[in-house]
Amino acid sequence: MRARLVAAVVAALIIGGCTSPTAAGSPQINDVTVFAAASLTDAFNKAGDEFAKTNGRVRFIFNFGSSSTLATQITNGAPADVFASADEANMQKIVDAKLTDGAPALFAGNRLAIAVAAGNPKQVASLADLARPGLVVVLAAPTVPAGRYALDSLAKAGVKVTPASQELDVRSVLNKVALGEADAGIVYVTDVLSAGARVGNVAIPEQQQVVARYPIAIVTGAKGRQLARTFVDYLIGADGQRLLAGFGFSRP
Amino acid sequence: MRAERPPLPVTILAVLAIAFFVLPIAGLVYRAPWATALDELTRPEALTALRLSLVVSLAATALAVLFGVPLAWVYARVPFPGKNVARALTTLPMILPPIVGGVALLFAFGRTGLIGQFLDAGLGLRIAFTTTGAILAAAFVATPFLVLTVEAGLRSMDRRYEEAARTLGASRWLVFRRVTLPLIAPALFAGAVLSWARGLGEFGATITFAGNLPGTTQTLPLAVLIALETRPEVAVMLSLLLLAVSLVILIALRDRYLRFS
Amino acid sequence: MLQADVALRLGSLALEVQLDAAPGEIVAVLGPNAAGKTTLLRALAGLVPLERGTVTLDGVAFDDVARGIRLPPERRPIGVVFQDYLLFPHLTALENVAFGLRARGMGAREARIRAGSWLDRLGVGETAETKPRALSGGQAQRVALARALAIDPRLLLLDEPLAALDASARGEVRRDLKRHLASFAGIRILITHDPLEAVALADRLVILERGRVVQTGSPAEVTRRPRSRYVADLVGVNLLRGTATGGHVELPGGASLQSADRVDGEVFAVIHPRAVALHRARPEGSPRNVWRGRASALDFQGDRVRVGVEGEMPIVAEVTPAAVRELDLAEGGEVWVSVKATEITVYPA
Repeated sequence: MRARLVAAVVAALIIGGCTSPTAAGSPQINDVTVFAAASLTDAFNKAGDEFAKTNGRVRFIFNFGSSSTLATQITNGAPADVFASADEANMQKIVDAKLTDGAPALFAGNRLAIAVAAGNPKQVASLADLARPGLVVVLAAPTVPAGRYALDSLAKAGVKVTPASQELDVRSVLNKVALGEADAGIVYVTDVLSAGARVGNVAIPEQQQVVARYPIAIVTGAKGRQLARTFVDYLIGADGQRLLAGFGFSRP
Repeated sequence: MRAERPPLPVTILAVLAIAFFVLPIAGLVYRAPWATALDELTRPEALTALRLSLVVSLAATALAVLFGVPLAWVYARVPFPGKNVARALTTLPMILPPIVGGVALLFAFGRTGLIGQFLDAGLGLRIAFTTTGAILAAAFVATPFLVLTVEAGLRSMDRRYEEAARTLGASRWLVFRRVTLPLIAPALFAGAVLSWARGLGEFGATITFAGNLPGTTQTLPLAVLIALETRPEVAVMLSLLLLAVSLVILIALRDRYLRFS
Repeated sequence: MLQADVALRLGSLALEVQLDAAPGEIVAVLGPNAAGKTTLLRALAGLVPLERGTVTLDGVAFDDVARGIRLPPERRPIGVVFQDYLLFPHLTALENVAFGLRARGMGAREARIRAGSWLDRLGVGETAETKPRALSGGQAQRVALARALAIDPRLLLLDEPLAALDASARGEVRRDLKRHLASFAGIRILITHDPLEAVALADRLVILERGRVVQTGSPAEVTRRPRSRYVADLVGVNLLRGTATGGHVELPGGASLQSADRVDGEVFAVIHPRAVALHRARPEGSPRNVWRGRASALDFQGDRVRVGVEGEMPIVAEVTPAAVRELDLAEGGEVWVSVKATEITVYPA
């Protein structure tokens, strides 16, 4: 008798957990899972909050990481609704795997900057200075968009740098500089802005710059397809663009 | 003699458990690009990562033995106040998430770290981002295994043999060298192998403290993660390589254990 | 010459022993379990520190607590044969015997030769390349002895040397051990709980009970005149203690006995069970010592029976089974006891 009661309770819990409540008048909470490049961390967190204010009950589940890792996860079946990449090559992987719902759209741009310790004690002034012997420089790994952009930029400047480490994503580069473990690292301007007073910023002249293009797309099989669409439209729209600009992103 | 038949629920659970461990390995074998396997494994990056992994793990094991055996001896033989606290602290790396260990090492030995700043300013010695750093990171997580095993061995050995040796005229160092060490050899070997295995697979502390640079600090696990981003088939091959090495270690360990038990 | 005056405490044992031993004699320390025998041996070996006292060998101080001297075991010219032999399991018999020699600086080759000759001398030369776990009890004992003798010690200590052997091997090994001990020139001290072993091997017995020496002397002296219940029980005699005037001995509890020995003062009185006669009724005749009692225990041992008698004069009698039948003896039954005065040995306590 007791065992049957327990079984009934367990069954009810399992069933209850698998379906969402549909009683009339009860609030409906929608989840949107967004896989986004690490450099979008602060901006997307804010965007999620802003979006939720005007679009009812929506809960964002963000997964920030290097675009290449995220792309691999999605092609292996990770449950993303939206994918925002830091470069077009990684987005292409998803497109090639026929996992996009509609064509990707460019929604933001970014440029590179040199992050240094606050106050720039080692007097780094340009990309050429990064080749200075004795200077501890970290870059993102070449398989990560930020890493490839950095190598492109250095190639444009004709500078050969031997980094002390190839970090797994651009945020790790920023952290190593902020912690004082590295003297300099090449990151996005948005990263330097988000770090505030913890790091110093050395600008890269336009002729050595690389423009990062950020595409965004809906992933097929997205559960909250409608809501995901609305979020993407928001980001591409005026309000979203204004928000992104506030974090240092440029127009795509 | 006929073995006892296990109860059905036990059998089912055991089979599920085995499946749980076998299936991921089967997955790796299934996805492996066997046609190009040899090419992938003999690429310079793969060989460099393998060589580095072996160097780092073996050096870390050597450090573990050098510092771990005296520590185990002190724990097993010398009463001192606060021993329990000391032992808990030195066992911590076993339980700590490796990334946390890496962060801790960074804050201690990094350029701006507790000790590191003096090393850097005074001796120009930099540990982070070097192979030495990778070795230290591996030693940090691996040594507790050795200490635990050797301490257990020392506690369980018959100390009267040491007394007998002393009455025969052996100095304390000779007693340790020719009586104690041979008697705890199985425990020491098992501890060293466990340390080596742990050091070989170390990832979180290494990437955080030592960084990731091919040829200097990019050990095999790091190479796998990097490869996963752009060339998954290479990642699979490297993973299988690590797997094969681990299997060999485990089989060698099992033999030794059985022979002395 | 060994001169030891040790005092130490270990757990619930308080050891206080004065012990001298000269090179010419084999000394056996005999006593019941927990008497402190092993602790005494370990103290002489330097494995246990003294609280008070001194240990000197040939004038060299091993221990001198007052002056803060304590020589570690490895610096004492001693050889120890342990109860479980403690042969190093990872070394062969030869390597075991050579261990002490190498530890004291001898070269490997010479040590092996010397060790080999010792194994031969003790009759276990063929075990040289054998590991200890493959040795029989007797072989292991000899290898252990060889290991202790090879380093040419001045003091040889043996801890229950025959205890680990089974009964069948014991006799032969004991005879061999006596031979080897006889040919050893230094001081020999062995500890044992087996009186047979002690009497067979030793020239002098030291009886240790509860951490203290209660008696010392040759085996004959000790067994003829036991000074403690332990020895009396070992020898199998009745031992009584009392106050004598002339031949009359007053025992605590009121009973008294008459002996032919004329001694005064505090005395021990020994009565062999065989000298105790049992009767169904009060006996007539010459015995001066007659008491009434109650048979409390009958112990049939082959062709004789040990009868324990309680009463004013607790005593053990040894009679034949036939006598038991004739007397209709049963546990709890009344019986009269008599002993001739000439059968009671009395000596000063």
